[in-house]
Amino acid sequence: MHELSVCQSLLDQVNTIAAEHHATSIEKIFLQVGPLSGVEPELLQSAFPIARADSIAAGAELVIQQMPIQVRCKTCHAETAAKANRLLCGECGDWQTELLSGDELLLERVEMLT
Amino acid sequence: MCDTCGCNVTPGNKHLVEANGKLAWVGKGKTAVDVLQGLLSENDHQAMHNRQHFDKHQVLAINLMSSPGAGKTALLEATIEALQDRYRIAVIEGDLETENDAKRIRAKGVTAIQITTGTACHLDAHMVHDALHNLDLSKLDIVFIENVGNLVCPASFDLGHHRNVTLLSVPEGDDKPAKYPVMFRAADLMLLTKTDLLAVLDDFKPEKAEQYLRNLASEAPVMQVSSRSGEGMQDWLDWLDQELATHRARIQNGEIVRPAIQSDGIRLHATANSPTQHHGPTHRHE
Repeated sequence: MHELSVCQSLLDQVNTIAAEHHATSIEKIFLQVGPLSGVEPELLQSAFPIARADSIAAGAELVIQQMPIQVRCKTCHAETAAKANRLLCGECGDWQTELLSGDELLLERVEMLT
Repeated sequence: MCDTCGCNVTPGNKHLVEANGKLAWVGKGKTAVDVLQGLLSENDHQAMHNRQHFDKHQVLAINLMSSPGAGKTALLEATIEALQDRYRIAVIEGDLETENDAKRIRAKGVTAIQITTGTACHLDAHMVHDALHNLDLSKLDIVFIENVGNLVCPASFDLGHHRNVTLLSVPEGDDKPAKYPVMFRAADLMLLTKTDLLAVLDDFKPEKAEQYLRNLASEAPVMQVSSRSGEGMQDWLDWLDQELATHRARIQNGEIVRPAIQSDGIRLHATANSPTQHHGPTHRHE
C-alpha cells in the first residue's frame, strides 16, 4: 500500500514548516483523513515511525482525526451522513449528491518547540 | 492553510478549527501552525507541472485504471489499431516488473515508455514526469497512461492527466464499484470490458454495475466494450474523439481540465494547486 509514500510526503511538508518557524523539534502532527481519501489511518500510523526516523519529527506524535462522510443532495438540498459505497441522500434517496466531507487528506496543524 | 479566504475549511470540518473547536487548542509553551494543506501537495504540484506540459502541446492525457488483468493493454492495442491513422498516440506503461506490456504496444507501431515501479502499487506524478522526458509531446495527440493494475492506490494520485477511465471486466463481478468506492468515484468513464464473456458469465449484470456506480453519486457514463470481438468499441472511440475536441477547445479558452476526483479536490486543496504557493521543480521545458 502507499501509506509510506504518503507519510514521506507529509514529513517533507512538516520539515518545511519547521524550518520556516525555526523549530527545534516537532511535538505533534494533526491530520484529517476521510474514508474516501484512499488512505487507511491505521496503516498511516504504522508507517509513520519509519518515515519520521532521523528527522526533526523523530519524537513526534501523529494525531489523526477521522472525518465523517457528509453529502448534500442536489435535488432536495438536505445534508446527511452517508457510507463510503452509498453516497445517496439520506432524506430523498437521490444519487445526485455532492460530497461535503469524507475525502480529506489534510495536514491540519503542527505543534512544535521553537 | 489559505490565510486570505479560508478556502480549505469545508462545511464538514470548520467546527474543528474555529475558536474553542477541538483542534484550535494550543498547548502552553508551544507553537502551533495551522496548515490544512493537501497532504499530497508535493505530488499535486508535480502533477500540475505535468498537466502544463500536456496542455502546452494540446495533448490529451488519459489515465487507465483497473484490476490487473481487466484488459487495459488489450483495449489499448485495439484502440491504437482503430485510431493510429487519425491520431498520434503514445503510451506510458506502469507495472511492478517487466516490459511485457510496452513490447505489446510497440508491436503496434507506437512509442511506449515503461515505468517499472518495483514494489510501488501505483504511478505518481514524479514517475510520469520522468517518462515525459522521453516523449516528444509536440508530435502527439493522445497519451494513454496505463496505471499499475490495482483497484485501490492509483485513485489517490493525480498524475497531471485530464481524464480517468476505470475498467471493470466481466469476470471480476458487477459489485466492484461498491467494494472499491474510492477508485470508481474517480472515474470520468466506466468501461465494462470483456463483454463477450457476458454470455457465459451470466451472473454479471451490467445494470447492477451501473447502479453501484450511481450509488457513489457518479455521473460518469458507462460503456460496454469487447476488445476481442470489437463490440462496443465505437462508443469508446467516439468518447475519445469528443474528449480530444473538448480538451482542445478548453485549452483555446485557457481552461485547465482535471480528472473527476480533483474537481472535488480543488475546493479542498486550493492551496496545493496554486502555483505561487509552492517550491519544487522549477525547470522549464520548451
